[in-house]
This record gives sequence, C-alpha cells and structure tokens, in this order.
Amino acid sequence: MAKRIDLKDVDIYYGAFHAVQSVNLTVAPRSVTAFIGPSGCGKSTVLRTLNRMHEEIPGARVDGQILLDGENIYDRSADAVAVRRTIGMVFQMPNPFPTMSIRDNVVAGLRLQGVKDKKKLDEVAEASLRGANLWNEVKDRLDKPGGGISGGQQQRLCIARAIAVQPDVLLMDEPCSALDPISTLAIEDLIADLKKEYTIVIVTHNMQQAARVSDQTGFFNLEATGKPGHLVEIDDTEKIFSNPTEQATEDYISGRFG
Amino acid sequence: MSTALEAPDQPASSPPFQPISTARRLKNTSATVLVALAFLIACVPLVWILVEVVIRGAGAIFSADWWGRSQSGVNPEEYAGGVYHAIYGTIIQALLCGVIAVPIGILAAIYLVEYGRGRLAKTTSFMVDILSGVPSIVAALFIFALFVSILGAEQSAFMVSLALVLLMLPVVIRNTEEMLRLVPDRLRESAYALGIPKWKTILRIVLPTALSGTVTGVMLAFARVIGETAPVLVLVGYARAINYDPFEGNMASLPLLMFSEFSNPEPAGQFRIWGAALTLILIVMIFQLGASVISRFSAIQK
Amino acid sequence: MWASSRRGESVFRGLTTGSGVLVVASIALIGLFLLIQAIPSLLANQANFFTSTEFSTGDPDNLRFGILDLLVVTLKTSILALVIAMPIALGVALFLTQYAPKRVARPFAYVIDLLAAVPSIVYGLWGILVLAPVILPVNQWLVDNLGWFPLFSQGNLPVGVRGTIFTGGVILAVMILPIITAVAREVFAQTPRFHIEAAKALGATRWEVITMAVLPYGRSGYIAGSMLGLGRALGETIAILLVISASTGMQTLSLFDGGYTFASLIASAASEFSQPLPTGAYISAGLVLFVLTFVVNALARVVAGGKVNG
Repeated sequence: MAKRIDLKDVDIYYGAFHAVQSVNLTVAPRSVTAFIGPSGCGKSTVLRTLNRMHEEIPGARVDGQILLDGENIYDRSADAVAVRRTIGMVFQMPNPFPTMSIRDNVVAGLRLQGVKDKKKLDEVAEASLRGANLWNEVKDRLDKPGGGISGGQQQRLCIARAIAVQPDVLLMDEPCSALDPISTLAIEDLIADLKKEYTIVIVTHNMQQAARVSDQTGFFNLEATGKPGHLVEIDDTEKIFSNPTEQATEDYISGRFG
Repeated sequence: MSTALEAPDQPASSPPFQPISTARRLKNTSATVLVALAFLIACVPLVWILVEVVIRGAGAIFSADWWGRSQSGVNPEEYAGGVYHAIYGTIIQALLCGVIAVPIGILAAIYLVEYGRGRLAKTTSFMVDILSGVPSIVAALFIFALFVSILGAEQSAFMVSLALVLLMLPVVIRNTEEMLRLVPDRLRESAYALGIPKWKTILRIVLPTALSGTVTGVMLAFARVIGETAPVLVLVGYARAINYDPFEGNMASLPLLMFSEFSNPEPAGQFRIWGAALTLILIVMIFQLGASVISRFSAIQK
Repeated sequence: MWASSRRGESVFRGLTTGSGVLVVASIALIGLFLLIQAIPSLLANQANFFTSTEFSTGDPDNLRFGILDLLVVTLKTSILALVIAMPIALGVALFLTQYAPKRVARPFAYVIDLLAAVPSIVYGLWGILVLAPVILPVNQWLVDNLGWFPLFSQGNLPVGVRGTIFTGGVILAVMILPIITAVAREVFAQTPRFHIEAAKALGATRWEVITMAVLPYGRSGYIAGSMLGLGRALGETIAILLVISASTGMQTLSLFDGGYTFASLIASAASEFSQPLPTGAYISAGLVLFVLTFVVNALARVVAGGKVNG
C-alpha cells in the first residue's frame, strides 16, 4: 500500500512569483519525513503540491516531476481528483464537516465516491476510527455531530477520515499547531502507529516534534523575503539534529536563526 | 461654562486630567440626541402602518367567509365573501416564480463563488446588482413585450410569475452568495484532499453547510415578491372567482384585489382593501418569521 | 493510472456558468426587447419624445407623447424622498452601529428592515387614506406662509386635494429609508477597529470618533446606499399611483403639483395595453425608466467601490 515519492527539480510558482526553487528529494515507503523551516520558506507549499492541492489557488503552477512509485502525478492523463484519493491530507485546523455526524464524517470520502453498502461503510468507519485511536472515545456517539468533540479528537477524526479512503500516502500540514500538549502527544503516538502502513510527510513548526516523530528531516529556507524558498538539506533526522552538513541548518536548529 | 468662570482660582499648573471642553461635550450630547431621535422617527411609520392595518383590517379577516370564500357573486356594497381566491393566486404565482428562480439563483451564486473568474464573473456580479435595481414595472413591461406582444402568449398568472423571477433572482443570488462565502475554505480543502471532485464537494459539503442561510435567503426573497403589484397590473386580469389554472385566464391576487377594490366607492370596498392588506402583511410576516427561525439553525460556526 | 471521468464536473460547471450567463443575458434582453417594441411607436410619434409634455395615445394615427412631465414628476418625488430619507438613515445607521448596545442593536435593526418588508401597495393605501389627511394641513401651511418660494407655491391641483407630489415624496422616503440604512449600517460596522481605537486614544468623544473614523470610512458606502434608494424611488409604481393625483395642469416647480411618474403612468394605462402602437408609447417610457435606474445603480456600484453588496 505505502508508496515511495520522488521529487525531481520541482519549481513552484504563484503567477509570476517564484515560490520554491528546484527541490529534489525522495521519501521512502513506511517512513515519516518532516519538513521544517522558518515561515514563508515554502515547506507547506511543497507539501500541497504532493497531492495537487495548490491548484486550488488561481495562478499556481508546478515545473518538474513528482513521482509516486515512478508515476508522474502531473502527467497529462492524471486527474487531480484521482491523485488526491491516493494521497490523503490532514490540515492545520481540524475541519470536520459540520453538517455530518462522526460516522458520516469518517466515511464521507467513500460515500461521495459512490460506496453505498451500509455494512461496508460501518466496518470502514470502525476500522478507521480504531486506526486513529479514537474508537473508544466516540463509539457511543457516532451519530452526534462531528463538531461536538474536542479539538484533539476532531483532529484524530480528520485523520480517520483521511485513512478511510485507504490512501498510499498521508500528508500532514502542521497537524498539531492548533492543539494542546496532551492532544499533540496523542497525535504523535498515532503517527508512530500509522507509519507501519503509510508513507507520511509532515510539516511542522515544532523542531522537537520533528525530532520525535520523523525518520528523515528536510530543512527549507529562503535567502531573503521575495526570493524563492529552497530545500537546504534533507537527511536522517538524527543526523540533521546532531550533525547537519549545512551551517544554515545548524543555525536554525540551535536557535541562532534571525 | 463653569470652567471659564473658575479659571482664576485654579492652580498655575494644569490639572492632571483636562476636562473635555463644554463645546465638545455639547456637540457630543446633541449628536447623541439627534441620532436616537432619527431612530425613533424611523420607527413611527412602521408602528403607525401596522396599527392602522390591524385595526382597520381585523374586522374583515375575522369575518365568517374571509378565508374560505371568493368574491364570486358578491355585490360591491355587500360586506360578504372572502379572499381565498386571491390568497391562492398570490401563493401560486410566488411558488411558480420560486420553482424557476430558486434553482437558477443558487446555481448562479455557486458560479460566482466557486467557479467564476475573470471578465464573465465580474460582468455577472455587476448585472446582478443592476437586476436588483430594475423596477418591477419595467420587469413586467419586458415580459409583456417579449411574451405577450412578440410571442403572442395570453396574459396569465404564469406571465406574472415570469416577471417575478426577474425580481426574485438577484435576492436569491446575493443571499446564497453571501452564505457560500461564509463556508470556510478548509471544508472545501479537506473534501478535495479526500479525492472528492469539486462539483460533489459543492453539492454535498458546501451547500448543506450553507443550507440554513440559503433557505433563509429564499424565504426573504419570497417575502419580497409576494407583495409586488406592478406585474399583476400589467400581466393578468382580475377574477372575482377562483381560478386554479395559472396558465390560462384571469386570476386574483391580494394586491390585485386591493387595487381593483380601490375603484369601488362603497364602504365595503374599503373593508375588503384593509382586510386584504392585513392578510398580505400576515403572509409576508410568516415568510419573514420563518426566515429568522431557520437562520438560527446555522451549521457555520463563525 | 489516475484517469477519471470528468463528465459530472463539466456538466455541473456548465449549469452554474449558464445560470450566470442567463442573468447577464436577461439585462441585455430587457433593454433589447423594450427597444424593439418602442421603435415603431417612436417613429409614429408626432411630438418630440424628450421635450413634449403631452401623452396622448388614444388615436393610433396621431400619437403624441413625450416624457418631459414624467421626468419632472419622477425627479421631484425621488429627490424629495432622498432629502428626507438621507439624514434620517444616516442617524439610524449611526445609532445602530455606534450607539445602541450590542444586545438591542440586532432587534432594532430588524425593526428597520421590516419597513422594507411592507408591500408597496400597503404603503400606497396608508399614504393616501391615513397619512395624506394628516399632511394636508402641513401642505396648506407651507403654501400660505412660504408660497412665495417656488417649491411651496400652490400647485396645479385644486386646493384641498391630498394626493400631491409632497405626500408621494414622504411615502417614498419611508420606503427607501431601510435600503439606505441597511447599506450604511453594513459599511459603518466595517470601520477598521484600529481607526476607531486610534481616535479614542486621542481622547475623542463618541461623536468625534464618528467624524474622525466612521464617517470618512463609510462615506462612499452611505452615498452608494442613497443611490440605491434613489433607484428604488425612481421606479416605485403602485404607491405613487395610489397616492399622487392625476392633474391636467402644467407642471410647475411646486411640490404640491399632481401628475404621473414614469412608473405610475405605465401602471395606470396597463389595462389598455391592446393595440401595439399606443402600448409602444408606454414601453418607450419604460425604456427610459430602465436606462435611468441602470445608470443610477451602476453609479452606486462604482461609488461603493466593492465595499457594498446590495
């Protein structure tokens, strides 16, 4: 199920603005890769190109290749909607659909793809909620609105919703930045479980979090405001945090960054 | 006043807090009074109209036949008959209008919010504003010119509905548009991220989230068109008896009944006019109240 | 590998775009078809369409119609309505956004909005049967004491007739008040917090905050709202038809004249739309009204500069 991702000479533009410059990296299956870096360095932008979500912004454009097990997701015959079914995403703010119950939230993706079999949907709902470590907390109120649980639970509900469509890759855009420390811990534990089955890429502002959850860390930076962001280096998390190759990484990690 | 008089007695250094000068305070107070007065003045006609209509119309709407009979066979001077034929006309004309205007309006609002980019979207948005300013008599004349004069259709209740569509559309579009814009982008994003196509996201996630607001807008749009008089004057004749067929023949409606009773010099005419006015206001109120009740069930947390 | 059917998407996009296009088309069609129906009558017109005060359509072979009187009456009623409604609406909007406590501001605003929900025929009814008798002494007093001023001279209606342009203007003022208020309120409420706080930090009184921060920010919206109100007043039909008496006399500058506006004249003749040429004369008047309201509403949008949706 889990798949490998390769970025080859990826450049990202918003209209005339060159947002991110020539990124090359590889993400191994069943691993967690973290993107860190200062605000505006393009780490979220890169993440959003991995499932073509950036296309929702008018004028956005990508050059280069992004390969999922060797298949270019920007190939002319590839449909953005289909790509996103394969590459799931969890956002910064928990965003359950307010009109739907907890159960309906989890199976929303499947149902809108046309799955009608109620028994199957119930099974998937339970499996996904268990997968997101949420089942025990919500099993008695599956028919209550998705917005009625705590922020941390909502975020795990969103993870359950993302894994219910059985993607190959899970992208997480600062999934804990709106959560309290205890909920954050729950999500981090969950990430450790999920990596047994999924390829995970996570953007985080929190360096300790990157160090705790990821196998590989990429550091993004930008030289000056208005210049494109770029990938400074990407390596094993242990190496990045103990003995990075680049001085800029060292400065950022140790807090000497401007 | 007093500050100036007492000035010689004050210490040489200025006090820690300088009081606001009398002139400034006076200006501020008079502005407050004027502004509150403006509000009170604005309330006068509303209260006055409602009181007059209720007092003068109550007798009629509590009369025995008001809700269940038409004016068929009632002489001008008789205090008899009812308005159910006109209520039917008012409702059926508005409903037919809604059947056409609501889907088109919602789709156009979706276009403006979700798909519209560039010149066409700007033009559309501009024309919605223009359409909302088109006088009802002009809308009626247009329907008359196109359907009656050129296409040779007969005047009928349906023609009225078509004119009302032009008046209802901009209200539905603007209200729906506003509601759709309130739906947070993160809901759309998370649906896209599940691999749900845009159109399904709009129909199954965005619209349901904006539903209560949209329904509220539609109710308000109904409240707006239901009392329109100009289109019925131009596009359909008055019938004293019930006519169930909106596509053929004359049909009464509450405004049209009121207008035709205006030429009735008998006191019974006034009786019916005020009764119809109260009935019309009650119907509008039902839509208004319905709208504000529904708007309480909003799914959008701001 | 990621191929997918996009038919649903394109069908839906087509439907929504089509609905948008329909709105644009409807405006174009209104102008077009009114013009098509007006041209034959305009060609048969024996009088000058813009400068004649006649409107005689009884004899299709001798059509004589012009819009001068209609324009004068329409402008007199609408401008009077604006002059009355604008200051009151400004006060109401300021009251609702800057003075009234948050808790009551909403229900109070709702009360003003209800004014817009009253059907115009009810306004007409109330105007001629209830308000006009009350206004009549005011009319009389103005004529007696300020009659030397052209606006208040005895008009072309017999003394004691209640349905004057003055009464019509007052009714229109009530009808457009909620429109102006709604727009002004919306814009005033959007005044950036930091503008207000900056003024307060300088020790400004509440009124000074309004003149320093709220009014400069909201002025364009207030003007735009007033223009929307003007557009509504220009086209109001049934209330004017019921309230303002017909008059055979010449239009003067007086507010105590009677007469027809574009809209009320068309409505008054609506039951006689049978022969094409006379009908076309009224449709020509409707076309002028359409163009007038188009211009006023377009200007309102330009003035608002995107601050107002309305």
